[in-house]
Amino acid sequence: MLFFFYHILGKRASFTALVLIMTEITEDKPGKHILLLGNEAITRGALEAGVDVATTYPGTPSSEIADTFSAIAKEAIRQKKDPGFYFQYSVNEKVALEVAAAASFCGLRSLTCMKHVGLNVASDTFMTYMYVGCRGGHIIVSADDPYCHSSQNEQDNRYFALFGGAPMLEPTTPQEAKEMTRLGFDISEQLHLPLLLRTTTRLNHARGPITLNALQQPRKKGYFNKDPLLVTVPATARVKHPILLKQLDEAEKISEKSPFNEILTVGKPKDVGIVTSGVSYTYVKEMAEELHLDVKILKLGMTHPIPRNLCEKFIKSCSSIIMVEELEPFLENQFKTLAYDVGADVKIYGKSTGHFSRLYEYTPDIVVEAFSKIFKVKNPFPTPVRSSLKIPQRPPSLCPGCPHRATYYAVKKAATKDTIYPTDIGCYTLGKEPPLEMADVLLCMGSNAGMACGFSIATDQKIISFMGDSTFFHSGIPPIINAVHHNHDVVITVLDNRTTAMTGHQPHPGTPFDGMGRSAKLIKVEDVVKGCGVEHIEIVDPNKIKETTAAFKRALVFKGPSVVVSKSPCILLEVQRKRKAKEDIQLYHINQKICKRCKTCIGRFGCPALYFAEDGSVHIDAAQCNGCGNCMQVCPFGAISAEDSI
Amino acid sequence: MSKKISIVLTGVGGQGVITAANILGKAALKEKIGVFVSEIHGMAQRGGAVVCTVRMGDVSSPLLPSGTADVLLSTEPVEALRNICYVNKKTKVITDIHPIIPFTVAVGGEQYPKLDEIFKELSVHAELFAIDALKIAKEAGAIITKNTVMLGALAASGVLPFRSKVLLDTILEDIPEKYKEINKKAFQSGMKAIQSA
Repeated sequence: MLFFFYHILGKRASFTALVLIMTEITEDKPGKHILLLGNEAITRGALEAGVDVATTYPGTPSSEIADTFSAIAKEAIRQKKDPGFYFQYSVNEKVALEVAAAASFCGLRSLTCMKHVGLNVASDTFMTYMYVGCRGGHIIVSADDPYCHSSQNEQDNRYFALFGGAPMLEPTTPQEAKEMTRLGFDISEQLHLPLLLRTTTRLNHARGPITLNALQQPRKKGYFNKDPLLVTVPATARVKHPILLKQLDEAEKISEKSPFNEILTVGKPKDVGIVTSGVSYTYVKEMAEELHLDVKILKLGMTHPIPRNLCEKFIKSCSSIIMVEELEPFLENQFKTLAYDVGADVKIYGKSTGHFSRLYEYTPDIVVEAFSKIFKVKNPFPTPVRSSLKIPQRPPSLCPGCPHRATYYAVKKAATKDTIYPTDIGCYTLGKEPPLEMADVLLCMGSNAGMACGFSIATDQKIISFMGDSTFFHSGIPPIINAVHHNHDVVITVLDNRTTAMTGHQPHPGTPFDGMGRSAKLIKVEDVVKGCGVEHIEIVDPNKIKETTAAFKRALVFKGPSVVVSKSPCILLEVQRKRKAKEDIQLYHINQKICKRCKTCIGRFGCPALYFAEDGSVHIDAAQCNGCGNCMQVCPFGAISAEDSI
Repeated sequence: MSKKISIVLTGVGGQGVITAANILGKAALKEKIGVFVSEIHGMAQRGGAVVCTVRMGDVSSPLLPSGTADVLLSTEPVEALRNICYVNKKTKVITDIHPIIPFTVAVGGEQYPKLDEIFKELSVHAELFAIDALKIAKEAGAIITKNTVMLGALAASGVLPFRSKVLLDTILEDIPEKYKEINKKAFQSGMKAIQSA
């Protein structure tokens, strides 16, 4: 039933199709061609390298790497087979990196994947990990997100490689992502350094043909040999830092010989060169061909350390060089330094000359436009057509029946207008949009409660902050302890929908199973909060709106920190469960004779399943309604009722 | 083959756009034709606008320059219009005629353009095929085959570098036996919808 799937985040395929993909991705058929997502290709590459331990905290655009490990493990366990590797959705990225690092210290091959901002969380571990070094190969995948497709910033994590001293590979295609993962383990082991595999959304979420290599047997069990140099007290760190620099010299030698750094040509090149990396290479190649340019292209796949000799030779052979890289001038600045060092008389075009931007994701349009200016040739493509009609925006929104909407509605009833709502990373951030407008400030994972503490010092306004259950475990607990210890007068809400919804319904410490589908200890949010010393705790079902409003009122009156745990499963999981159990999904109906068209259900509650007909009457779209029935509670005139009761 | 073929698929999160793009990619691979597919997940899933690109032939990039789409296949009319930057006069725009009204219209005071104006605008800039995929799917046996109808229409547009049977077989691969027949019928009805347009 091809189009039977309701697209639940990332779970795009039906169960049959999923098993099919899993069979394909775990097949030991060297030479076979299959179509894989960049992220799936990374997982396959790790399997071909015999990965033993994989860890993550989910985050777009990295999630499918880990979700693929999870699906393979679950399927193997279901068939009572050994998956061959251990996989874990860790509590956060820092812990994920530490779990995998320890496996590496025992000689096992490890992989840790995360979105770019996840590496900020793991950065404390990351920086000193380079001093300590690894034993078994360890790949750290950073999935960067130019254009912030689904992120709070578009930071360029290549600087982490430079900052910490990690060797780095940057794939261009899914095939290269697989190969870099596979061979990256060898580089990591050769250098005793964890390797940063830096990807971007357009690679993570691009599909391309993959040629399979043989699967390698994992090592499975390691052994920890003690070594005083693993303990980074100051005296050890002073010994380790120069060792790290020496390892980076070795890394440069590998970079010089790496097949991932190569010079390609378009036309009959003389002395004009282009330097590029990552997905940008694909635009450079196609656009250079379209414009019939005569250029040599230095395509860098190992971008830290860059191959100094190769780059210097390239610079000396050129009278002008165009640097094409997304985001920061990471290579551009290094090439300028190299050009100065060799005293080359070369013009370098790029971000500093204004031909390329430090902003957003590149496209073929952006590259061809810059080339046509630099080479003074006409852009061969038509000027993009623009619609003369105004097109309504279609941003993502909280799903019909989402329990967060009910919580927000209840809070608005309980709080004064100038109440401050610090929010966090998750579906509930979508509550920013009208008509709810329940998000005032957002920094990063876990920041809601920390900021709540600060607001309570700085202003007399009331504060109600929001975070999800997965975010609570990730980084929401320390700020709650801070609030308790300093007696900050705040209301901290945990929107407990029993899953990590936004990234594709991954489990977390509050779910009774783990990433390999095995049963796991469920930790209750309220138990943790109680342990932190919070004296006023409210546990509510947000689908009971009146009771929820009353609970928030009580929490607001309480002097000192209070926590409201608003507990109701993600509606998508609930609908899935009902379908599986063959339970009916209750439909609702608006009695047009009673409806006064007051717009409360649309204009205040904002459920997308409700709409105005052309005559101004209000209706419920049965195709979109998930049957929560909350609109019935919201309607001031009792015009909404369950469909079978009419 | 040296020619490049670019297909833009668009619609609303939940309509199956990403799966349709993936099927095209698999069909091309089967025929040993170079292929890249690009998708954007994440925030686009919660009922947001979705765009996928499929490029076949001698291609390096998963993205295409503006104005170079061979086909713009849309499961929702205004989403076709949102991606009009990809079309030129020769582009075949195949769109379903059933609007999904974004919540910004009900809540934010935005307007959903009149359907005939959308179609007029699209046909000024490209070759338009507006089809009632929902009705065709219903006639074929089940509304859930709507996207199979759309892919049938795409196959009949003559743009694909392989026979329509290859695409149909790829669709049927992942479908349980009992649904194969109605999907086959839906695909063929989709083809007819274009041929008779």
